[in-house]
This record gives sequence, structure tokens and C-alpha cells, in this order.
Amino acid sequence: MNSNMSASFRVELIISELLRWGVFISLLLLAIGTAFGFIQPGEYGRAGGTVEDFHRLLAHPNLTLLTLPGFLQAAAQLRGEALIAPGLLLLIATPVLRVAVSVVAFYLEKDWAYVAITSAVLFLVLLSFALGKVG
Amino acid sequence: MTPLFFTLLIAAISIAAGLLGSLVGVGGGIIVVPALTLLMGVDIRVAIAASIVSVIATSSGAASGYVRQRLTNLRLAMLLEIATAAGALCGAFLAALISGHWLYLLFGAVLVYTAWSMSRPQPQAARSLPPDAWADRLQLHSSYFDKALNQEIAYRVSRTPWGLAVSYVAGVLSGMLGIGGGVLKVPVMNLAMGIPIKVCTATSNFMIGVTAATGAAVYFMRGDVQPFVTAPVAVGVLLGAKLGSRLLGHLHSHWIRNGFVVVLVISAIQMLLKGFR
Repeated sequence: MNSNMSASFRVELIISELLRWGVFISLLLLAIGTAFGFIQPGEYGRAGGTVEDFHRLLAHPNLTLLTLPGFLQAAAQLRGEALIAPGLLLLIATPVLRVAVSVVAFYLEKDWAYVAITSAVLFLVLLSFALGKVG
Repeated sequence: MTPLFFTLLIAAISIAAGLLGSLVGVGGGIIVVPALTLLMGVDIRVAIAASIVSVIATSSGAASGYVRQRLTNLRLAMLLEIATAAGALCGAFLAALISGHWLYLLFGAVLVYTAWSMSRPQPQAARSLPPDAWADRLQLHSSYFDKALNQEIAYRVSRTPWGLAVSYVAGVLSGMLGIGGGVLKVPVMNLAMGIPIKVCTATSNFMIGVTAATGAAVYFMRGDVQPFVTAPVAVGVLLGAKLGSRLLGHLHSHWIRNGFVVVLVISAIQMLLKGFR
């Protein structure tokens, strides 16, 4: 295993950089989006919001932005949650990306058993996106 | 309570959870979920969804360091991840089907287990590892460079089926409760499978990220990931965890550990009471 480590290790280093930047960018989106939520009217409540705003947010979360039309509308209105949603999606995608790159790494090593195993993992993760939509 | 006050408060709680978690070697989720539900009155499913996203952030945030040190056994991680990801998928669906009371009870039980496993004396691994045909055929044996000993340490992997079974259970709990599940996997990988603890930690960290992503995808697509709650939690837990890894080694971990066990026990009692009500 050690003999062909160098090629796969280079891939791993690329992954590590991807992970770092993926997490950094997504958390930046979450932080800026939250700040925007307090600036834009009709979202979290301007200048900190009121008790009514708080109960509205916890009782009736805005889920329209999880659909594409809802997201586009929120983005057009420059709502904070239109920054948070892609930030969340990017954060969830970072480990998935790492699995996908690992499939390629095992393929380059011609390690067919692990191409199959890693593909199965990737399939399960992608399946969860598809099934979540249904359930 | 106003939205701004709530945001700042849960961000502060999450920083504390990430900080404490990284100091004692558990994820922030185990503290975030009780804090959000018991102290802040957040719905348990919303708290679990926020926590599972923060678990991804901590895992991916820590992963780059482990990758550079070449501690992760990628083959082992991928093999066990089949069981864990399948478990997380089942767990995320189970969480939607069962009543909130059961989630509180199960979470309380996991807190009790975590408190117990942290306060017992660390058991020594039995060094007689039976040969394992699975590990041979799937080339799971590997080596890592130990910086403290300044040499390459080769290790053999044993009892792979145990690892798969425990990984599945850890995956179910992760998907159901929004925790990483390292507290279940690491002891089994270390004691039963014979893997050095540093490799266990790195490999488990990688698996936790993929497992949490599987669970989080279900919650996200279903609409349980509430931006208002999740954003401050994810940012806070990662900031806390980063801060904790800087402080690690400068603090007396013995006292932190004992204090943490007390917090776990109190949370466990509260969660169980809420489950029985």
C-alpha cells in the first residue's frame, strides 16, 4: 500500500485544501446571511426584532427557500436566508466531495474492490438527498 | 426573548459546546441538543437537524490536519462507512416516524453511556488479536507515522465484522439524534479491532463527516434544517472547536473531564425526565 501512496497522498492533500475552503466559505455564508437577516425587512426583524418575531420564526420557519423558485425569490429580495441555504448545502456537500474524490483516487490505483466500496458509500449519501425529498 | 438575543445566546452556547467537546474529545452535538431543547425550548427535531450540520463542520474542519499527518485509514473508513451511512439513512427516517418522547429518552440514554465511558478507567486493549480473513482480503492492515515516537508504526486490523456492526449502530444514532457517534466507534476500533488510538480518532472523524452529511441531507431536503437556528449553531460549534484545539495541552484536562461528566449527567436526567413526561 505504501508504494503507491504518493499519488493518492497528493490527491489527499488536494482534498484537505478543498475541505478547508469549503468549510470556511460555507461558514462565512452562514454568518453573513444571519447578519443580513437582521438588516432586511420582514425576515428576522430589523434591529434585533421583537418577541413576536421570535415566536413567528420558531413556530413557522420559512421553508420556501428549500425549493428552487422559493430560493430564487428570496435571492431576488436579497434575503439573508438566500445566503444561508447555499452555505448549508455547501457544508453538507464537503464530505460528499471527499468521498467522490476518493473513488477517483482508488481508480487511479486500480484498486477495483475499493472503487466498488467507495462508490457504494457515495451512492448511499446521494440516495439520502433523493429520499429526503420524498420522506 | 427577541431573535437577536436568541441568536447571540445560541451562538455563545455553541462556542462553549464546541470548546468543551474538543477539550475532552467528544463532538459538540452531545451538548448542543440538550442546551437547545432544555434551555432554549427549541423543538427537538430542529435541534437535532442543527446539531447534525454542526457535526459536519467540526469533522471537515479537523480533517485537513489528519490528512496532512496521514493518520486516516481510508480503506477501513470506506468499508465501515457503508454500514454507517446505511445506518444514518435509517436513523434519519426513524427520527421522523417516532414520537419526540422517544428521541428524548434515547438521547438521555446516550448521554448516560457517554458519561459512563468518560468516567471509567481507560480499559487496556487485549493484545491477542485473532486473525481476520476480512481484513486480509480487503487489505485493511496499514501503518502510520507516529510523530511522538518518530517512527513508522505498522498495525493489523482484526474483528472487522464487529466494526461493521457497531458502525451501523453508530450511524443509526447519528442520523436519529444529530450526534457524531465517535464515542461508540472509537473504543471498538481501538480495543476490539486493535487499531492505534490516533488512527482511530482520525478515521472516525472522517467517517463522522460522511455519516453526518448522509443524515443532514435527509433533514435538509425534508425542511427540518432551520436557517435561523442552524447558522449560529454551526458557526459557533466550529469556532469553539478550533479554539479548543489551540488551548489543548495548556489546561488541566482532568478537571475539565470531571466537570464535563457532571454536565452530561445533569443533561441526561433532564432529557430522560422530559422523555417520560
